[in-house]
Amino acid sequence: MQPFTSVTGAAVPHLQANIDTDVIIRIERLTGGADLGRYAFEALRTLPDGSPNPDSVFNEPRFARAPILLAGRNFGCGSSREGAVTALMGMGFRAVIALSFGDIFFANCFRNGLLPVVLPDATLETLAAEARMGDFTVDLRSQTILTPSRNSVSFDVDALQRQGLLEGLDEIGLTLKCAGDIERWQSADRVARPWVWQTVRVVV
Amino acid sequence: MPRTLFEKIWDAHVVRDLGGGWSLLHIDRHLLHDLSGPPALAEVARRKLPIRDPELTFAVADHAVSSAPGRTAQTFELGSRLYGALEHLAAKEHIRFFELGQKGQGIVHVMGPELGLVLPGMTLICGDSHTCTNGALGALAFGVGNSESAHALATQTLRQQKPRLMRVCFDGSPGQGVTPKDLILHLIGKIGAAAAAGCAVEYAGSAIRAMPVEGRLTICNLSVELGAKCGLIAPDETTFAYLRGRPFAPRGEMFERAVAHWRTLYTDDDAGFDREEIVDVAGVVPTVTWGTSPEHTMSIDGAVPSPASQSDPERRKAFAAALDYMGLQAGQPIAGTKVDWVFIGSCANSRLSDLREAAALARGRHVAPDVTAWVVPGSEQVKRDSEAEGLDTIFRDAGFEWREPGCSLCVAANGERVPPGARAVSTSNRNFVGRQGPGARTHLASPAMAVAAAVTGALCDVRKL
Repeated sequence: MQPFTSVTGAAVPHLQANIDTDVIIRIERLTGGADLGRYAFEALRTLPDGSPNPDSVFNEPRFARAPILLAGRNFGCGSSREGAVTALMGMGFRAVIALSFGDIFFANCFRNGLLPVVLPDATLETLAAEARMGDFTVDLRSQTILTPSRNSVSFDVDALQRQGLLEGLDEIGLTLKCAGDIERWQSADRVARPWVWQTVRVVV
Repeated sequence: MPRTLFEKIWDAHVVRDLGGGWSLLHIDRHLLHDLSGPPALAEVARRKLPIRDPELTFAVADHAVSSAPGRTAQTFELGSRLYGALEHLAAKEHIRFFELGQKGQGIVHVMGPELGLVLPGMTLICGDSHTCTNGALGALAFGVGNSESAHALATQTLRQQKPRLMRVCFDGSPGQGVTPKDLILHLIGKIGAAAAAGCAVEYAGSAIRAMPVEGRLTICNLSVELGAKCGLIAPDETTFAYLRGRPFAPRGEMFERAVAHWRTLYTDDDAGFDREEIVDVAGVVPTVTWGTSPEHTMSIDGAVPSPASQSDPERRKAFAAALDYMGLQAGQPIAGTKVDWVFIGSCANSRLSDLREAAALARGRHVAPDVTAWVVPGSEQVKRDSEAEGLDTIFRDAGFEWREPGCSLCVAANGERVPPGARAVSTSNRNFVGRQGPGARTHLASPAMAVAAAVTGALCDVRKL
């Protein structure tokens, strides 16, 4: 996984609530093995005839390859598709700052090196108001966001998730070190709940 | 100390406390489908790791298979590669794969309960957000991304933080034409699509206790549309009767032993929840969505809401954008809105009881001219049972297309789409922009309301049919 320490650059303000993972990346794009970044937010970025939507904030030249996204309530709700995270990263994003997130999307972010930050409404509005004034810096080490007007905003992040992102930790590798615990739990469970384990000879 | 149903299952599955509020949680069942299964299996193979417990893992193709009558795995070309990959990787890893056309194949959240693969007190995951459906049997079931799926394949565990707890009591008896789908849509409209973010939701109350398992599966299916990690219902006699005799359920003396354990799975009196909601079921009427979020619900006898009714500017903008996408005017009665497509299917509403209810209304009626209406059974078993009862004939005689089991038009990842600008009434669970195809306009509703729309050619109050 790509570690995350800090990122500096433009922040795209798109505060609409309930931006779901179908809008972030259409499921059909996941069946084709395509470059997902090209198709991120396509329903917002393009008109039905395929031409760029001139009213979409994502098409403002100043926000091309912006690494930060400012989003609204329940960002990434809906489907569990991890392609939503890879599509955003393919488009250039490294951090998403929102009012709240869909749970599965939020978990998927940490497994891929995309930093999700939750901020209250008023703070997010302040950041959005500065979006066209210059670059932001999001720093995970100090847990702060520096705005173009040099305001510093701090944010909370779970300690283990923070460490995982900073170090690019391999969770599977960490858990495999607990193999003894897993073995002991399973041995006891085979005795306590044998019906869970009797699957192999079942005829449907 | 009193504990909730959720806490009892959670506590029993903690393999190790990882500190900082994190637990290593054992996963009893892992289901793989054709979209999310192959990348997770490929990731484990890339790392040259073995699948830890292949006998606890099961695979089925549903998302990217065609539902066309007479289909094969090759009918939808992009899907055929995914089908082949899932079948091949599953065989290589000794994971049970349920083939197309064979018993066991179906929408992953329909076939799991149907086969008795999911049982009370289990933990279950799948790379699919509607895994929460399975909580209806008293299991702790939730959707995960590919990375967590790979983690579970390699370790049979997940690193998890305990969610907050919410309880929703559905009390009272539903009125005429009101189904479990109406109850859950009503709830989402009332408290919002993010109301249960970070929560496990237990559904309780007299309406849940009186509800058959298939209705409970519909309720739990839309938990993720409330933002919840999972939804669950305490197992009871209804649950045990449903499970008895299912292929993967225990048999004989072992079944009785399991039931004795399952009877301990309920929320203790005085156990605490972070949030509680009560829904007066008698006050719910047949419900549809008007917009592009499952929280955009309304009574079928109501008028489309106005953005001006919203005090929050972002909400106002979202309402206006939704109305524009849906081609609706604020203030217009929703009933009478012309419909082009009707889809009866999906993991929300494609089980035998859904199709019986739909067929009972379709019998002796006919799909309106210019309406395309599909019925897609949720599984091979549902299809065979329906055909044995003659439901397929009723649907065909009424002008519906009777199709093969799969996700079909709910997910539009299989070559099947509602055309741009067309208006669909769908028994599925998501009315997102472009969900049923780019530009498609989706109204979520119950199977009964879907039939009412199909035969009248417009959104219609099923109570007036």
